[in-house]
Amino acid sequence: MTFRISTAPLDPPALARELLDLRAGAYVEFQGWVRNHNEGQPVEALEYESYVALAEKEGARILAEVAARTTILGAACVHRTGLLQLGELAVWVGVTAAHRGDAFDACRAIIDETKARVPIWKKEHYTSGATGWINCATRGDFAEPAAARVPSHPDPSGSSR
Amino acid sequence: MTSVQLHYFAVLREQRGLASEVLSTPAVDAAALYAELSARHGFTLPVDRVRVAIDGEFASWNTPLREGAELVFIPPVAGG
Repeated sequence: MTFRISTAPLDPPALARELLDLRAGAYVEFQGWVRNHNEGQPVEALEYESYVALAEKEGARILAEVAARTTILGAACVHRTGLLQLGELAVWVGVTAAHRGDAFDACRAIIDETKARVPIWKKEHYTSGATGWINCATRGDFAEPAAARVPSHPDPSGSSR
Repeated sequence: MTSVQLHYFAVLREQRGLASEVLSTPAVDAAALYAELSARHGFTLPVDRVRVAIDGEFASWNTPLREGAELVFIPPVAGG
């Protein structure tokens, strides 16, 4: 169960090999890619930054929480930082389990919790030349639904959600 | 006065204009320090949209400031 922040490009086949387990009948992987639009605006590139020490701690907690309530055998998540171009892999999640149900559910839970809780920030670079930190708008320069999707003030313990 | 180490990320780093600083402050807790810095640097995020981490762990806003502590204000996250 490892959660890492990486400044280097991710290599999914190598990451998947680290999860090899002969007890596993299912391996589910999620890849998050840099897409060319968001909230109706054409996007040219994404810039990610992270508070790495806390991100890896909070990420490890997410993996442990999901493992504790499912029967998965292994799980890992790696998130990129730095300037990423369209089509690049921003985040990778891999999960192994004896059967597919838990593997799918756990993979979904890990990416959802990662997006909601881990101190990683995303700045969009638009083709217009403008930029914006996602979820950080305060003057309506971004659509509110983007901010509403991520709880803005979670419980300070970080453990009850 | 209490001397603390601050690290800034994302929109707060840009609004502060630097990534780290050591600051001597009269603030008694993390919330008062955020209010002080918001007034000085014009942070646009209200405190209820920000979390605070002290010495590498999420903490409560009313945690008293400790000499030498490391504080990070966490803007709304957006991984994935």
